[in-house]
Amino acid sequence: MHSYLPFEKPVIELREKIAELKSFTEEKEIDLSDEISTLEDRLEQLEKDIYGNLQPWQRVQIARHGERPTTLDYINYLFTDFMEMHGDRLYGDDEAIVGGIAKFKGRPVTVIGHQRGKDTKENLKRNFGMPHPEGYRKALRLMKQAEKFSRPVICFIDTKGAFPGKAAEERGQSEAIARNIMEMAGLKVPVISVVIGEGGSGGALALGVGNEIHMLENSTYSVISPEGASALLWKDASYAKEASETMKITAPDLKELEIIDKMIPEVRGGAHKDLEQQVIYIDEVLEHSLHTLAKLSEDELVLNRYDKYQKIGLLAGENVVPSTE
Amino acid sequence: MSLKDFFNKKRKYATIPSERQQPTNMNEGVMTKCPECKSIIYTKELKKYDMVCISCGHHLSMTAYERIDSLLDEKTFEEYDAGMTSANPLDFPEYHQKLDKDREKTGLNEAVVTGEGYMEDCPVVIGVMDSRFRMGSMGSVVGEKIARAIEAALTKNRPFIMFAASGGARMQEGVLSLMQMAKTSAALKRLDEKGLLYISVMTDPTTGGVSASFASLGDYNFAEPKALIGFAGRRIIEQTIREELPDDFQTAEFLLKHGQLDRVIPRDEMKDTLVKILDIHGYKEQ
Repeated sequence: MHSYLPFEKPVIELREKIAELKSFTEEKEIDLSDEISTLEDRLEQLEKDIYGNLQPWQRVQIARHGERPTTLDYINYLFTDFMEMHGDRLYGDDEAIVGGIAKFKGRPVTVIGHQRGKDTKENLKRNFGMPHPEGYRKALRLMKQAEKFSRPVICFIDTKGAFPGKAAEERGQSEAIARNIMEMAGLKVPVISVVIGEGGSGGALALGVGNEIHMLENSTYSVISPEGASALLWKDASYAKEASETMKITAPDLKELEIIDKMIPEVRGGAHKDLEQQVIYIDEVLEHSLHTLAKLSEDELVLNRYDKYQKIGLLAGENVVPSTE
Repeated sequence: MSLKDFFNKKRKYATIPSERQQPTNMNEGVMTKCPECKSIIYTKELKKYDMVCISCGHHLSMTAYERIDSLLDEKTFEEYDAGMTSANPLDFPEYHQKLDKDREKTGLNEAVVTGEGYMEDCPVVIGVMDSRFRMGSMGSVVGEKIARAIEAALTKNRPFIMFAASGGARMQEGVLSLMQMAKTSAALKRLDEKGLLYISVMTDPTTGGVSASFASLGDYNFAEPKALIGFAGRRIIEQTIREELPDDFQTAEFLLKHGQLDRVIPRDEMKDTLVKILDIHGYKEQ
């Protein structure tokens, strides 16, 4: 049984009522099938209304759902022969990022992703999916290895952000993120990034410089958390709901801003409701991306990625279009 | 003025500024108070020493043009993209007003000035941020101007020098600001592959998305004394790890000690040091 979000309450109540009626008919042998069928129609409509019209703050809640599938959940379903590889060869192994080699429909790939936990114990081990510099350096090591052996890199983004801590600063959190961003820009193999949960700021972008960037329908990608934006802009963290609307952080927003390539549909109510069906949706998109990018040469891949990012941004005033000299 | 306006007119009260709010610039800029040792210095005198306090050596912040004047040979600076201004991609409330206010205050169109010039006859492309404009934050314009400056360095085979001064990504442009980290860093990757020199100098403050992108990617990463440099804010870290942080946490000296910087360079040695490096890299004969 899943735990439910506040806005799902009407759906849950109605579903319980239907279940109640059903067991009642069985016990008492009374025919209530007409009533049940009416209620079931109403449930269908209610689900459509609620899940088909999700507001930004509701999507944030789904993206943060404790049972939302993680990187390793998807890796287990999408790939075969996954072998995790550890360590950055400099300091340690950061379990907030997992990575390794695998096969996608028989083709070798490198897979990397932020890894959070689903319970307190696992979250402590994974540092809530918030990496230290060694996590990013491990990711970069694996990407460079992928480049050496000409296999595509697939990244799953799922982090509130890089960890804000003393040790992280001492070991160069900024430099680790910056280096990943720069080196990803130059990789001579296809790079695909998929935001599966929260995409928090630089800590997300450090796995996000892809030829193609996709987002699950109820994932978010932002420069700052809604709570942080609220505190910073309105000096009060309690306007997070409003900030989630103003900041344009949902998959439909980023599609409209032309930052992402595809919004991957989610099963009704969120990916956690049916992992196997969700995997099918992601699988299709990954296959399409890999197929498209396989046609590009090394130089074309780098150029394609370069152009993608140079285009992002909205300018005004003079010299907005670069001179052609 | 209509009758309604008359009634809406706010009453003015005399305000007594608290000590914290007291501006460092007093007497319409004739005198400046050093934020470190509180000495009161003639602004003219301070400017003569490139905004370094005469009594305690504290490095006060410089405007972008003051910085350029202090580094480049006289009258050699040619600015790029000076007229480029920010749009409001997210229709963020009051963003335009804030930009207008900063434009008026600083005389700048945005938080970075880019262009080319000569340093003791070495040709360079340079970018200088100005923290007075929206805390030097990076939005679409800052990212674009820096990326174009790097592309100019590529086309002209010149070294690129960047003086960062920024609180990070600009919140009002949301995820577009975040993507400027990729835009600038991708341009630097090209510079790197072409074997051109990039010197990054971090000045007070260099934090967040700017420290986590182009500012940390120099062939040489330098900083000015005591400059605040870091990824996450001090308060956020303290709240997260529930631990008090050392006084020098996230200062240039702290970063140097932890291997994150090549050198800390006082302002009066900045130009000589940069020229020496340019010379070693063979840019003097050009």
